[in-house]
Amino acid sequence: METSPLKQYSQQEIEQSLYEVRKKIYPRALTGWFATWRWVLVWFTQIIFYGGPWLTWNDRQAVLFDLASRKFYIFGLVLWPQDFIYLAVLLVISALALFLFTAVGGRLFCGYACPQTVYTEIFMWVERKIEGERSARIRLDREPLSARKVTLKGAKHLVWGAIALWTGFTFVGYFTPIHLLAQELMQFALGPWETFWILFYGFATYGNAGWMREQVCKYMCPYARFQSAMFDKDTLTVTYDVTRGEPRGPRSKQVKPAEVGLGDCIDCGICVQVCPTGIDIREGLQYECIGCAACIDGCDQVMEKMNYPKGLIRYTTEHAMTNQLGKRDIWRRVFRTRTLVYFSILGAIVLTAATSLALRQPLKVDVIRDRGMPRVTDDGSVDNVYRLQMMNAEENPNRYVITVQGIDGATIISDSQIDVAAASTRAVPVRVRVPSGAAQPGSNRIKFIIQDTDNASVKITEKAVFLVPR
Amino acid sequence: MADFFHNGWSIFIAVVTLAGILACGLLLWSQSKVKVKVGPDGNPLPVETTGHVWDGDLVENNNPLPRWWSIMFYLTIVFGIAYLVLFPGLGAMQGTLGWSQVGKYEQEMKAGEEQYGPIFAKYQAMPIQAVAQDPQARAIGERLFLNSCAQCHGSDAQGSKGFPNLTDNDWLYGGAPETVLASIREGRHGQMPSMAAAVGGDADVRNVANYVLSLSGSSHDPIKAVMGKTKFGACAACHSADGKGNQALGAPNLTDKTWLYGGGINNVMEAINKGRGNQMPAHKGILSEAKVHLLAAYVWGLSNKQNAVAGISASDAKTMGSLTGTGAAPAKQ
Repeated sequence: METSPLKQYSQQEIEQSLYEVRKKIYPRALTGWFATWRWVLVWFTQIIFYGGPWLTWNDRQAVLFDLASRKFYIFGLVLWPQDFIYLAVLLVISALALFLFTAVGGRLFCGYACPQTVYTEIFMWVERKIEGERSARIRLDREPLSARKVTLKGAKHLVWGAIALWTGFTFVGYFTPIHLLAQELMQFALGPWETFWILFYGFATYGNAGWMREQVCKYMCPYARFQSAMFDKDTLTVTYDVTRGEPRGPRSKQVKPAEVGLGDCIDCGICVQVCPTGIDIREGLQYECIGCAACIDGCDQVMEKMNYPKGLIRYTTEHAMTNQLGKRDIWRRVFRTRTLVYFSILGAIVLTAATSLALRQPLKVDVIRDRGMPRVTDDGSVDNVYRLQMMNAEENPNRYVITVQGIDGATIISDSQIDVAAASTRAVPVRVRVPSGAAQPGSNRIKFIIQDTDNASVKITEKAVFLVPR
Repeated sequence: MADFFHNGWSIFIAVVTLAGILACGLLLWSQSKVKVKVGPDGNPLPVETTGHVWDGDLVENNNPLPRWWSIMFYLTIVFGIAYLVLFPGLGAMQGTLGWSQVGKYEQEMKAGEEQYGPIFAKYQAMPIQAVAQDPQARAIGERLFLNSCAQCHGSDAQGSKGFPNLTDNDWLYGGAPETVLASIREGRHGQMPSMAAAVGGDADVRNVANYVLSLSGSSHDPIKAVMGKTKFGACAACHSADGKGNQALGAPNLTDKTWLYGGGINNVMEAINKGRGNQMPAHKGILSEAKVHLLAAYVWGLSNKQNAVAGISASDAKTMGSLTGTGAAPAKQ
């Protein structure tokens, strides 16, 4: 490794703290193509998040995760604990989607859709409206305490707190019906857990988006760390075009850069000022970069003012930089083996999950044979008793009819018409009788067929064994 | 505190725990300073790398850690000490909050009692016949029965060999609601001694068995039955002279075709030769009085079907009844 040329002078050492106080970052406001996209995603995700719990479906909240009764309601779908596999599938889909997007476009999720980015964006907008632009904020922080400073800071934290509490309230509204929650809030009758989670989520939102900001991405977030491992030489990343930009330096608009021996970078520092993580993209790709493309928007505006072509900082790939590839080649390489494999696995899983959800039966049955010896009646026929745990996953009460197959003459001598209330379970004892000699001594395979009387498509077959004493 | 057989161990554990926490704090504090080289101007030099190089050009900078991170580390130590003061964890120390697993269990049971107690109390105050007609009570009763009784009497309460059928009108001890309640609460101990000696030899046993079978019109050898009738006197003490049994003793009725241990000559002879012993455990210590009351109503209702309502849902929850409860966000005890 090269060492700093200064090192040879220095044999002195001083003691310093291993830990440093965070240097506050004051991102400059900007507009542009990518900034607009980020705001589109802010609106999109937050309308869904804040609006979701207020929707109604079947006289209930459309999206509700009822932990107390262990049922998840998602519009027309009611998921039971037995459907937990779908949560695993959802996580697998999310993970694969992250792999795919990251392999194609770097930290796209971080830059545009991550809640940390989204809420930071909202909080920074509030900050800007109240305290003013970047330079005004820096000045305000430097000046001594005054009535104006207290007012501005107080107002900012008040608005932040309100947004954060509303976020916490909304979050809890996914678990406790939000209309009820709102009523409880009005009457100051919130339960202890509800209060805790509203405050906890509120505090987390306020702390992360208001205070921690880029430090969450730099020091806490695991995805930020391992997304770098998904990059390859054809991944689109935010890149400063060194060959075009260097040597950098200020110049007049009138001169051609080549005449004064300069590159296109005028060293205005906009790209550093807009960066939410406070890095200088011109030093190359760094782990702090969340791929938000703020520097691209900032630099493009400057290039426009200078009448230089845009894209001194742009989304491009390592290959494109080293081999001077054009746009077409970059796009061609987006469809490389790696991304195609990700895409096909992702597609297969999504299709499988969708099919499975579409074919999902709103009825589940478990058959448990009673322990103990089967009863032999006076005429030699054999009875076995089963307990059928029936779960009606539909939101209306249903009547089911049970039949038994597998042994000639096997009949159900108990009640075979079973009513199960809406979205509930019921354990039903069922007595099956097999005439004398119809089945072999020992264990015989039988099948229970359970069918909805109103809806022929709801039909479940469950295996069981029928014991005949030897 | 019975966790330690000697107080010394408790102290030993406490010392190790505290020393560990202290050592973590000291390590953190002692390593919080680092020597940096300064340039000729007295300012620290730019950040150096750790000297590791990967893939030809990938290096690791030796950047300082964030201050808040080390503060959080100290806070975890404070939290740890606070926890050990408040909760049990330091040797045999109980913690100032007095929390214990048993206490937690009792608290949970109390909360459950407060939540469900009124429902059971309501039914306990009602006569058994009235409870048996209440759909909600029967639904609760059914679940209680499946949990506590179905192991022996079967899921459909029809019993099996040695375990009485509870759905018919044939009772060993009588089918009055109070009797059923007494059976569940106090248990039953049915005993028939071996009667082989009392009736005579093997031939006599076979004859008596045939006579017993004749009482209910089951298939039997009429000649042997006539011979056995004279020996039935030994049995009449409990089963009464006409064989109708005696509910005060729990002696079965021999004139019907309900057989606790199965009918047929071999089963009856086995009963005479070896006797029968049968025990239903008392549930007064296992189930609360209110639950016993509810179960008695359920069992009594099984054989008094004129009040039965067809197709009761086992769930007394209304369609979305659970949604009007006080749900909590991620956890609800």
